[in-house]
Amino acid sequence: MTRYRLEILVKPRPGLLDPQGKAIHHSLNSLGWEGVQDVRVGKAMYVDLDAASESEALEAADAMCRKLLANPVTEDFEVSLVGALEGAGS
Amino acid sequence: MKVAVVTFPGSNCDYDLYKAVQQVGAEAEFVWHRERGLDRFDAVLLPGGFSYGDYLRPGAIARMSPVMEDVIPFAEKGGPVLGICNGFQVLCEAGLLPGALVRNDSLKFRSHDVRLRVERVDTLFTSDYAQGQILRIPIAHGDGNFEADTDTLKALEDSGRVVFRYVDASGEPTEAANPNGSWHNIAGITNEAGNVLGMMPHPERAMEELLGSTDGVALFTSLVSSLSGASA
Repeated sequence: MTRYRLEILVKPRPGLLDPQGKAIHHSLNSLGWEGVQDVRVGKAMYVDLDAASESEALEAADAMCRKLLANPVTEDFEVSLVGALEGAGS
Repeated sequence: MKVAVVTFPGSNCDYDLYKAVQQVGAEAEFVWHRERGLDRFDAVLLPGGFSYGDYLRPGAIARMSPVMEDVIPFAEKGGPVLGICNGFQVLCEAGLLPGALVRNDSLKFRSHDVRLRVERVDTLFTSDYAQGQILRIPIAHGDGNFEADTDTLKALEDSGRVVFRYVDASGEPTEAANPNGSWHNIAGITNEAGNVLGMMPHPERAMEELLGSTDGVALFTSLVSSLSGASA
């Protein structure tokens, strides 16, 4: 088993109103970044997971997103491998 | 008749619901979220509050509670299930109701009375109201903005599953009367079979004249009379 660190990005689906993103967008504009055209706010989660292989770790993370971490009605997700953690697992 | 009031860690309207059920002459019993077995109950109520601190998404973690493994088949077998506020969010997360409740468009927590129009009186929960009746009932939520994909929203409207809508004093679902940005001013919906109702406003907080409104009472009397009709 190797311990892998996974990065999971959960993002509001395109077209869904993101009031947080809108408020930040306006704030950036009023701070002088007038070129800012859009802001969307999501979440980043880092999961350390013991698995037999990279593909097993990625598959598990995908299943976690479908079951709990993202709501398919409002959110999309993206899973990526940060890397294997040294000195952990067995 | 026995009604379960489920308590999740962070529920805070469970006592109000318990009392509302008693007030209309039914027996209420608290069910802790780790308990299993709902067979002895005639209806299940999911209260408002902030289960698990609204972590991840409101209702997302409560939905994984052991008791939900019984709530889902109870609802699928036609048992009456009512989710109020956080309870509505849990029902959506559990897939018992379509759509999702996201952050209010104002980004503000809204805690005040709203006006609701009763859109359907042929449900287990609304038979004691009059069609089109305007109710005054409080809301208290930060994530009550009802969203779903276009097909789902169209299906909800086409099949008349919108039970309550936010309206102004003249009964019109205006933008100004919408406290959270919900599509079509939706405040409450049922599932296809009609035995599951989710609503953001708090009828259990509108049970006493002293507290400002009694417009919530008929929801609970409706439930009790439809249940006693069914068991008679």
